[in-house]
Amino acid sequence: MKPAAASRLGRWGVIALPYLWLTIFFLVPFLIVLKISFSNVQLSMPPVEPVLTWGQDHVMQLRLHFSNFAFVFGDRLYIEAFLDSLLIAAVSTVIALLIGYPMAYGIARAPGAWRNVLFLLVVLPFFTSFLLRVYAWMGLLGRAGPVNGLLLKLGLIHEPLQLLQTEFAVYLGMVYSYLPFMVLPLYSAIEKLDLTLLEAAADLGCRPTKAFFTVTLPLTREGIFAGCLLVFIPAVGEYVIPALLGGPDTLMIGRVVWDEFFGNRDWPVASALAIVLLVLLSGFVLLLQYVQSREREA
Amino acid sequence: MNAVQTPAAARGGAPYVRLEGLTKRFGDFVAVRQVSLDIARGEIFCLLGASGCGKTTLLRMLAGFETPTEGSIWIDGVDVTHVPPYERPVNMMFQSYALFPHMTVAQNVAFGLRQDGTAKSEIDGRVHEMLAMVQLDGYDKRKPHQLSGGQRQRVALARALVKRPKLLLLDEPLGALDKKLRERTQFELVSLQERLGVTFVIVTHDQEEAMTLASRIGVMRAGEILQVGTPTDIYEFPGSRFVADFIGSVNMVEGRLVEDEPDHVRIQCEQLGCMVYVDHGVSAPPDAPVAVAIRPEKIQLSREQPPGTDNLLAGRVTGVAYLGDATRYLVQLPNGFQLRVTAPNVSRREERFEQDDAVWLSWHPSSPVVVTR
Ligand SMILES: Nc1ncnc2c1ncn2[C@@H]1O[C@H](COP(=O)(O)OP(=O)(O)OP(=O)(O)O)[C@@H](O)[C@H]1O
Ligand SMILES: [Mg+2]
Repeated sequence: MKPAAASRLGRWGVIALPYLWLTIFFLVPFLIVLKISFSNVQLSMPPVEPVLTWGQDHVMQLRLHFSNFAFVFGDRLYIEAFLDSLLIAAVSTVIALLIGYPMAYGIARAPGAWRNVLFLLVVLPFFTSFLLRVYAWMGLLGRAGPVNGLLLKLGLIHEPLQLLQTEFAVYLGMVYSYLPFMVLPLYSAIEKLDLTLLEAAADLGCRPTKAFFTVTLPLTREGIFAGCLLVFIPAVGEYVIPALLGGPDTLMIGRVVWDEFFGNRDWPVASALAIVLLVLLSGFVLLLQYVQSREREA
Repeated sequence: MNAVQTPAAARGGAPYVRLEGLTKRFGDFVAVRQVSLDIARGEIFCLLGASGCGKTTLLRMLAGFETPTEGSIWIDGVDVTHVPPYERPVNMMFQSYALFPHMTVAQNVAFGLRQDGTAKSEIDGRVHEMLAMVQLDGYDKRKPHQLSGGQRQRVALARALVKRPKLLLLDEPLGALDKKLRERTQFELVSLQERLGVTFVIVTHDQEEAMTLASRIGVMRAGEILQVGTPTDIYEFPGSRFVADFIGSVNMVEGRLVEDEPDHVRIQCEQLGCMVYVDHGVSAPPDAPVAVAIRPEKIQLSREQPPGTDNLLAGRVTGVAYLGDATRYLVQLPNGFQLRVTAPNVSRREERFEQDDAVWLSWHPSSPVVVTR
């Protein structure tokens, strides 16, 4: 093989490999879920009717049940679960942004040696399992947990507070778990910012706070977008946190999907829910990207 | 061309900008050491010095980005040493231009005015006036990344000037431009300065640029200002070996004062193998070691021996470089010492010297500069 051809092959390989990966582990499962969402429940293993059948007389039959989607959109429970999930994810994202931005800013502006230490601290939680960390919060927030203990000792309360199984616990768990995903892109955006721009702003009579809003914030917008997406998207479909920390009234869509799959063994409705969620989020991401590219051109 | 203006201080006015014993330390390192300096209103003052000598640090103290370790800064009679940058009547044009990448040219220029709460209509008027002045009308909607280096430089200049500061600081303003554009911009800068009457402090490490722009030059070395003077002063009357050597090309020889009269001195120079006669007095103790600096263009070459004995040497041409406007020669003395000589090419058919020609070198007794430091 000629070197040029070899390098071309290498280049294609580099491009094709991630696509191959995505095809196998994303596209194929997606198609399976899509197929199930158009199916019907039946008592078998798996508990769904095949969509495509090869019957007698050499007839190929494609039966698509739209009833699952009709059911999903017809039931207020599901709509509310969707809205709830979007709301909880959105609020968690905003809180994570409000906490994460100062954190990222502090780390990016810290003196050299400190910066690495602080950065490491942000990613440190990833060294333990996500599930374990959520369980730890259950222990912390329980009626006999240290949080209540401390509040009691300080005399701020007289009997333990109901912290677990509340909306508060869900927000706490969400923000806690997803904060690093907010901080990392923000950090890299803030760190890239040319400090002489802030000096130029000051030189032109701009006070530091105003310079933050007119220079720093707009120039780190990409980091804000990235961080918000990285938090919002997984937060909408989050299952573990609402299941372990949330109460019976926190109906997030991830939990509903779980219940349909394993509680009701209604795979088609669960799949339909998953598809709707996916379409919703993809639409959201596309919209955001469109806005962003429009702004970059302007 | 020199924008030679008489500094107001010399005319008896109070200094507009005054630095008193300004020192900046970074840890143990002294970046700027005991700088005291007066700058007059409407002056173009150039800070000239090698890389790392503290020019930018001094400028940043004037802008308010660095707090002096010692000393004070006065602008127009007000002590601004501890005034934050956003309250100083000073604007700076940054070495990297520091244009806001997310704003258009017009927004960049308007930024400073917006901070002062100037009325919208006035902002628009002044921005366009400024952009016209730097010949960028029609570019107001562009973003900085859609401009050439020279255009960006002019936006930066417009942005720094639009607030009509009392003092404009320019850090290597022309560093990123090519030679032709640089020369043109130097003239533009001077004419702009003359029109607006703003006091400029310009940092540069390019001595030719300093000579072109400055009404006065301050030569810096290792955090100190060695000499302040007009370009002519600095070139013709350098006060030390360093300044003589740093500005322009020079033949520097060591010598010993053997005859010290108020109206002339004689210096014995081993390296030249002759006596150097200088027609003015020198303030140095007799027998003191001194250095004699002779500019290459002040040495005459001839084939015939000129009359006299002092300031006269015989040599042999060992190098010729024809530069168009002048020719540079390297002349070797019998003892091996080499002198640089520049001769202007006045006429096209003029006889020039060739490699290995035997020549006489001579110079006027007023030409050598004697420095003791
Ligand atoms: N923040 C700082 N901390 C420590 N040392 C510094 C700092 N800023 C500047 N220096 C040092 O001070 C000295 C002067 O720096 P400065 O930037 O003023 O030089 P300069 O004359 O502008 O040089 P150049 O022509 O290369 O721009 C340098 O040796 C530099 O390393
Ligand atoms: Mg510098």
